[in-house]
Amino acid sequence: MITVLFFAQVREQVGCERMTLEPAFSTVEALRHSLAARGANWALALEPGRLLSAVNQELVDGGHPLSAGDEVAFFPPVTGG
Amino acid sequence: MSDTRIYVGSRPFDMAEEYAWLAACDDDGAVVTFTGKVRNHNQGDEVSALALEHYPGMTERALEEIVNLARQRWSLQRVTVIHRVGELRTGEQIVLVGVGAAHRGAAFNAAEFIMDYLKTRAPFWKREVTAQGSRWVDARDSDSQAARRWESGSRMTPGG
Repeated sequence: MITVLFFAQVREQVGCERMTLEPAFSTVEALRHSLAARGANWALALEPGRLLSAVNQELVDGGHPLSAGDEVAFFPPVTGG
Repeated sequence: MSDTRIYVGSRPFDMAEEYAWLAACDDDGAVVTFTGKVRNHNQGDEVSALALEHYPGMTERALEEIVNLARQRWSLQRVTVIHRVGELRTGEQIVLVGVGAAHRGAAFNAAEFIMDYLKTRAPFWKREVTAQGSRWVDARDSDSQAARRWESGSRMTPGG
């Protein structure tokens, strides 16, 4: 299984903060693409461009491979400090 | 001792206490600290409070990694990074970056580098409360530009 987390505006738009999925996605981009097809709010929240993604708590590109046990997160540009 | 202190949480911090720890090494001739506060205005609107969300676990890892990058560039002694989360009122302290080093150049540069990277790489998100309601704070291009100053050669662009 993989765990998928959403934060900030992305979390609000998809109406979900955490989900568990079968590890059926080869890359972060494949997962993003599949989630974006769930509905208009998902497509909007997960629009590529400014969206950031992390695997196992490290920032990664969309081409990053996924395997069982991974923790994937999608979030908007960060605004701390 | 090149120790690093990282704290992410809701607890307020005491500058005098943090300074005392940073300044405890007699090898050092410089301590630089930066404190970020909740401003009472943003983009022309009055701001009465902030709520800070973060990604527990990744936040601490990202801050540790940023401090490690700074240590690779400059010779530093003690380094402190504190970032508060949760509800914060106008005027409250949000973030502290403190750096001790033998000379001021390293301490000034490292403190600025850590802040610039924190602003673009550490997973925190601000929501501000204004008279019109609450809204997410937009990331600023100027912050990305500030972080890019430190980079030479190619850069990995994180993206979805």
